[in-house]
Amino acid sequence: MSSTSTKGAPGTGAGAPARSAGRVRPEAKEDPDRPSPTPVLIRGRGLRKTFDDFTAVAGVDFDVHRGEAFGFLGPNGAGKSSTMRMIGCVSPVSAGKLSILGLDPRTDGPRIRARLGVVPQRDTLDEELTVRENLLIYARYFGIPRAVAAARAEELLRFAHLTERADSRVEPLSGGMKRRLTIARALVNEPDILLLDEPTTGLDPQARHMLWDRLFRLKRQGVTLVLTTHYMDEAEQLCDRLVVMDGGSIAAEGTPRQLIDRFSTREVLELRFAADDHSPYAAVVQDLADRVEVLPDRLLLYTDGGDEAAAAVHARGLTPLSALVRRSTLEDVFLRLTGRRLVD
Amino acid sequence: MSVSDRFTSGTPIGPRVDRGAGALRVLSYWATVYRRTWRGSVVSGFGAPLLYLGSLGFGLGTLMPGGVAGVPYVLFVAPGVLTATAMQTAVGESTYPVMAAIKWQRQYHAMLASPVRITDIVLGHLLFILLRSAVVSGTFLLVGAALGAFRSPWVILALPVAVLSSAAHAAPVMAFSAHQEDDGGFNLLYRLGAIPMFLFAGTFFPISQLPVAAQWLARATPLWHATQVARDLALGHPDAGSAAAHLGYLLLWAVVGFAAAVHYFRRRLRT
Repeated sequence: MSSTSTKGAPGTGAGAPARSAGRVRPEAKEDPDRPSPTPVLIRGRGLRKTFDDFTAVAGVDFDVHRGEAFGFLGPNGAGKSSTMRMIGCVSPVSAGKLSILGLDPRTDGPRIRARLGVVPQRDTLDEELTVRENLLIYARYFGIPRAVAAARAEELLRFAHLTERADSRVEPLSGGMKRRLTIARALVNEPDILLLDEPTTGLDPQARHMLWDRLFRLKRQGVTLVLTTHYMDEAEQLCDRLVVMDGGSIAAEGTPRQLIDRFSTREVLELRFAADDHSPYAAVVQDLADRVEVLPDRLLLYTDGGDEAAAAVHARGLTPLSALVRRSTLEDVFLRLTGRRLVD
Repeated sequence: MSVSDRFTSGTPIGPRVDRGAGALRVLSYWATVYRRTWRGSVVSGFGAPLLYLGSLGFGLGTLMPGGVAGVPYVLFVAPGVLTATAMQTAVGESTYPVMAAIKWQRQYHAMLASPVRITDIVLGHLLFILLRSAVVSGTFLLVGAALGAFRSPWVILALPVAVLSSAAHAAPVMAFSAHQEDDGGFNLLYRLGAIPMFLFAGTFFPISQLPVAAQWLARATPLWHATQVARDLALGHPDAGSAAAHLGYLLLWAVVGFAAAVHYFRRRLRT
């Protein structure tokens, strides 16, 4: 349903973007403007996960540094959750190398898991038990003494804004509350690394913002966050650095700013015309932008000067129903790299 | 202090996690859940022996003036129902709750995100099932003794026999449950396994009443062996030699079943 056309010269100069949406891999591994190296907590090299005849993760390389928030972005089925489950030491590595806190999950799974906090995609709370009991039981799995666990549970209940619900059963709680409880539970062992698999999927906007706020605090306090998401706003809000995954491989890696610079333009001009098919207009405005994308209901003009491009469009006698200039977002990068096809 | 400052401290990696400790942590979870419902289970624990011993031992039994195998029927049937009830508890606790912990409530997945291992998960859950079975069997013994359904104080030892028998049934059934995609197979297990075993493996009448082929089938069940030992104890003529053979057979089922359960749990949970 969409087509992409690219003008000759890349707009930003930050690496040459490949023409086709899809595999675009930055050529240099070490980014010169990355801050001085901090300890690597998680290192994956050629990491693969295969099930019988299906390859979920097709050899990925990444480093997660202490104290950063690192994101795996990608559409459904990109291999994010499989990667997370390998890092969580619950899914055996099929091939390649994975090191977490300097240990090998193959031989040291329990010791690594003792230092991880895991927020799984689907809550695994015990709905029959109370909020507090869920924290205490979980603390016991880590061998935390009862008195310590009780004190930590109080602290975490406050952190998750659940103190008032401490003694109610989990089952009737809202989705946002359950999610906050899952995060609180994942912190009960004071982990070095917090793994969050789609932490806010299915939550309403208020609940999401509340959750982001909690995650922000953790990040400020120096907890290393590793999260998967397919929400670009979430990635822009939370991630210091991220990789975009598609079809089991890493399509791009960098900070949100770097990715926007490298794979998009500073601004995007969105034009709507009174027409069912926007492609004829694309040809007319082709030279006014670095790249023009045709969507069913509008044209996207990727350019560093949105207002100038809009003026130029009007100067050519075109009269769009609307012309909106906005900044490029990670979503533009994401859709460029992973395409606009529908994944179910 | 806030939730916090500790995270940057770079806590050293802890020592290896002790295997036995993991199983006890898992057991403690199941015990916490059970604490919410134990009252109801104690009531039904008293009800079952009253119903069985009342209807079969004292009801049906009065129609058999000669008794069975040389003793009044109630004395014959009571130790049989004791072990058969323990078997029912074991099978019940190792089917739906296991499937729930894998698939519906997913408690096993929560445990696996901690240092707890697969073997801890199997062993801890199995220990809880044995605890449940010990409570059920202990209640049965109390009620049966009060009703005069046991002849000898040796019957006290039928409690550990019933618990071992529960392990012999629960461990392989846990393996079976972990292997099932959903709960569809459980009906088959009850109809082709647990119920026929309950009815024909020497609980209500000696298996010498069965056709020869069926006798061998009955002898293959762990329940028959447990019932033989429990009955000898209850009637006051325990025999160390035959008891050792019977208990050895139960232990074999428990050990092989446990190994199979660990295998199928790992295959199911570590994907």
